[in-house]
Amino acid sequence: MNFDIAEFMPALPEIFVLTMACIVLLVDVCLDQERRVITYVMTQATLVGAALLTVALHTGGRTVVFSGTFVSDPMGDVLKVFIYLVSAMALLYSRQYLIDRQLFKGEYFLLALFAVLGMMVLVSAHSLLTIYLGLELMSLSLYAMVAVDRDNEIATEAAMKYFVLGALASGMLLYGMSMIYGVTATLNLAEIAAYNADISGNEIVMVFGLAFVMVGLAFKLGAVPFHMWIPDVYHGAPTTVTLFIGTAPKIAAFAMLMRLLVEGLGGFYVQWHDMLVVLAVLSIVAGNVIAIAQTNIKRMLAYSTIAHVGFMLLGVLTGSEGGYAAAMFYIIVYALMAAGAFGMVVLLSRAGYEADRIEDFKGLNDRSPWYAFMMLILMLATAGVPPFLGFWAKLSVLQAVVEAGMLWLAVVAVLFSVVGAFYYLRIVKLMYFDKADDHTPITAGIDMRVTLSANGLAILGLGLFPGALMALCASALL
Amino acid sequence: MISLSHFLVLGAILFSIAMAGIFLNRKNVIILLMAIELLLLAVNMNFVAFSHYHGDTAGQVFVFFILTVAAAEAAIGLAILIVLFRNRRTINVDHLNSLKG
Repeated sequence: MNFDIAEFMPALPEIFVLTMACIVLLVDVCLDQERRVITYVMTQATLVGAALLTVALHTGGRTVVFSGTFVSDPMGDVLKVFIYLVSAMALLYSRQYLIDRQLFKGEYFLLALFAVLGMMVLVSAHSLLTIYLGLELMSLSLYAMVAVDRDNEIATEAAMKYFVLGALASGMLLYGMSMIYGVTATLNLAEIAAYNADISGNEIVMVFGLAFVMVGLAFKLGAVPFHMWIPDVYHGAPTTVTLFIGTAPKIAAFAMLMRLLVEGLGGFYVQWHDMLVVLAVLSIVAGNVIAIAQTNIKRMLAYSTIAHVGFMLLGVLTGSEGGYAAAMFYIIVYALMAAGAFGMVVLLSRAGYEADRIEDFKGLNDRSPWYAFMMLILMLATAGVPPFLGFWAKLSVLQAVVEAGMLWLAVVAVLFSVVGAFYYLRIVKLMYFDKADDHTPITAGIDMRVTLSANGLAILGLGLFPGALMALCASALL
Repeated sequence: MISLSHFLVLGAILFSIAMAGIFLNRKNVIILLMAIELLLLAVNMNFVAFSHYHGDTAGQVFVFFILTVAAAEAAIGLAILIVLFRNRRTINVDHLNSLKG
């Protein structure tokens, strides 16, 4: 086996991030605490560099390299650029929060970089092996990130729960993969897709494997009934880690879903369609209903994530190009909105005080009309109130569902979105119509203020002109 | 004569024991970690059996990767366990209940 140097070109962004992560690791060891900011700047520079490389290498075509284990295609490129974007935002929002809590350490940024690398490999995976490796690189980094605040009791408990359930999910996924390998005798997704499943008896084994793979996927996505870890991890982890876990890995998990189910097991659409219907309906119903009862905003957003994942699954289960594009649009939009919403929680927190109760948003309008307005945009967008961004995301998914002839699913989804609007609007009510208990002025660095405002305004702007992003998603999938 | 199905049944039994270990064990987090290792070993058994049956080495390569990742996973799991014990002075599964709602 000999490698052509051209083989490495499509993987250049991954190679760059890996090299830079190693360099950052070495540089960080030599820095004292006052100059730790160099690690932070280098990490951000790596993400920017990777984004530039991904855009520069974007060909619009599909190249499969490394003996069919790695693919570079437009969908992967678009998803990767958004992964860099939300990761860079997550790190920007983290800077002051970490300094205030003596957590501004090199490990945090390195783990984030390795997690991003894992997501990139996952997004570009073209074999069961690369899917597994990307997934594990991402998950292992995230387990450690949750536990980064070592003296925090609930954070370590959350890390333990995340670890055990995550490892269980990986085990399930692997067991399913071993069954698929057993039937098809290949790990390559294209060859799995080309496998003729009609041979008697083997179809059952394939579906058996598919069921295990689906359980693993549902765990990683956090779809009901495999969602138990999401609320605990979101609640227990330091807010900036929650922000990171709740955004970029969701995009990567969407890519994993597309690669495994659509590219690899597209021939078993009938079987996985039914499984996804169950997962999606349960997620939308349970996520929206349980979120109402929450008093902790991180927990509330966790249940709202579950509901949003259900919505995204609706797009995928239609099995049409339009549905996939809608799901991709949905997950990207969700990641941007979640980054903003958790960013607001980070903004209101300060040294020794976590603004993670819903009451902490009381009277925000009196304290800072601008940020109350930003939160208003974010909440209305997440709730799906027209003409905000979340509305277009929901609309495009619902259109695909109705086109696929599953009207009852669309009706259930709309009904429970209306139920879900209640808890988003409760926050709006608290901000504008209640008196603040806490009059501490909001202090934040200029970087945080600018990014958070840009985040909110981008949601507003994209909501008014959603066409460009939608067209990007649609063209990426062709 | 030992056939493919014998290995698959063994893999399934190991997998079931690991599952039972994770869901029934309410006492010790270390037992959870052991069950997770067993889960991965059950998968390895399947992969090696299929790999031999098909005469395709890719499955055995996969097993090497799983073993490596399992080692990394155990390292992170034990690290979290130590941090947890320092904070809580217990590794009883039933006591990990401060997060709920």
